[in-house]
This record gives sequence, C-alpha cells and structure tokens, in this order.
Amino acid sequence: MRLLMLGCLIVTGGILTGGAVARAESPAGIQRGLEAAARQRVPGFVAFSAQRGEQLFKTRNGDWSCASCHGPDPLQPGRHVRTGKAIAPLAPAADPERFTSTAKVEKWFARNCNDVLGRACTPVEKGDVLAWLLSLGR
Amino acid sequence: MNERIRLLISRLAAWTAMAALIAVQPVPPAAADERLVVPRNDTWKTECSACHLAYPPQLLPARSWRAIVQGLDKHFGTDASLDPATAKEVQAFLEQHAGRDRGGPEASAPLRITDTGWFRREHREIPAAAWAHPDVRSRANCPACHRAAERGDFDERTLRVPR
Repeated sequence: MRLLMLGCLIVTGGILTGGAVARAESPAGIQRGLEAAARQRVPGFVAFSAQRGEQLFKTRNGDWSCASCHGPDPLQPGRHVRTGKAIAPLAPAADPERFTSTAKVEKWFARNCNDVLGRACTPVEKGDVLAWLLSLGR
Repeated sequence: MNERIRLLISRLAAWTAMAALIAVQPVPPAAADERLVVPRNDTWKTECSACHLAYPPQLLPARSWRAIVQGLDKHFGTDASLDPATAKEVQAFLEQHAGRDRGGPEASAPLRITDTGWFRREHREIPAAAWAHPDVRSRANCPACHRAAERGDFDERTLRVPR
C-alpha cells in the first residue's frame, strides 16, 4: 500500500513539475552546434565572424532585413513591421531567454531567412549572426 | 490502512476528478458584453502569440482556421510554418473552439478576421486617422485599442482608441 501511494505521489509530482524537467540549452552550446555543422559543410572553415553577422543582419533584401522587425540594435526591443507587436531584444545579454532552445532557434532562422533572403541560411550565416549577438552588451 | 494515507488518496482522487471536469467544460457562447472566454492551450498560445495577439478561436469558423494553419508557410506575407506535430495540435484546438460557420461556399471562408462582416460592423465608427495612428498601424493589432484583448476582453469598458 505504501509503495502504491509513493507511486501515486511520484506520478502527481511529475505531472505538476512537467515542463521544468526539460533541460535548457545555452547560447554557447547552440553556437558549438552551429560550428560543428559549419565544419562539416565548409572544409576550410576557420571561425564565425561577428562582423559578417552584423552585415547580414542589417542588409536589406528587397523590402526587409532582420532589423525590420528586430530593430537595428539587438540590445533593444524590436517591433513586428506588419503587426506592430513588441519583440523582446534578440541579444542574450539583454534577454537571457534568447538562444536557449535549438528547436526554437532553428524554427525562427528557417522562417525569417526565408522571409528576408528567400532561402534558408547556412550554418555559417547563422553562426555569424549569433557571434555578433553574443558580442553585444558584454 | 493508516488514516492519513486514506485521506491523502481520497484527496488525490478528488483533485483528479475536478481537473477532468474543468477540462471538459463546454465553452460558453460569447457574452453580450463582448468578453470572450478564451479556451486554453499552451502550444496555441505560444505559437500564435509570437508575432501577434493569439486571436481567440471563436473569431473565425473552423474551415477558416483549417485554411490558415495549412497555409502557414505563406501567412499574410511571412513564413510562419510549424512542424507537422505542432501544426496538427494547433489546428485541432482552433477547430474545436471555432466560431459559428455562417455558410456559403467553402472557398469563401474568410482568412482575415478583419474581413468578416461583424468586424466591419463593429468598427464602422473608427476614423481612418485612428487606424493610421503609429500605436495602431495594423487592423490586426487588437491590443492597441482593446487593452484587455489578451484575456479575450473586447468590451467597450476596456477600449481606448489612441488619438
């Protein structure tokens, strides 16, 4: 009986704490993942470039650049160019939630690169942008 | 059996029953005072509120939501695509709580809430200058005027049109 009750409590506890168990990732860890992908794809790959990342972020392609919604300064909040909704700052120094989930990072790069560039971004481009974002506010 | 354990188990059972009851409560129809009871789904809330207000499912019929979710890769000029599992969950939730279907051919399902007859009627007194106000900019930006839109409250008491 005691064992059964203990089981009940563990199951209930598990349901209550649920999502909190999922391990958060770090921007540095995500950067390492991008680096591994870059090395695999580009034989002579040396390092990501914050300078290239900044340029990619600010370059307009047709109507839009990344900065259209995120704003020119990733330490500040942006605003969605269509809907007007506030967007939290993109730089991890300004918002510690940023770049803490590979799935979320990949989802947004896929969408936004398609919107701005009309194609997927390469691992090098993603790593460059993250390198720039990580260099800000530190 | 120990009395405390017996009590604890009966409480656990009661909580579970209560949670199940809350989960199956039908959604009440929109109140006359224009406060919607917005059903809950964390995936829908997270995904749909990323770029705009998570519009309450009651605001469009099921076939509109179906078309919207199936066309997320070209969502009003932006790529808002979701992975298949997430899209399936969001679509099921939206269809389950969707608003009344006013009939008409399948192709006429509105994709924009702002294209519906009731939206136009409800907003017919809003001057063009208010729509163009820098704090509004888009008809999709409900919370710019409906200050409590996040919780489904579109009542005039919480309305403030910027001037």
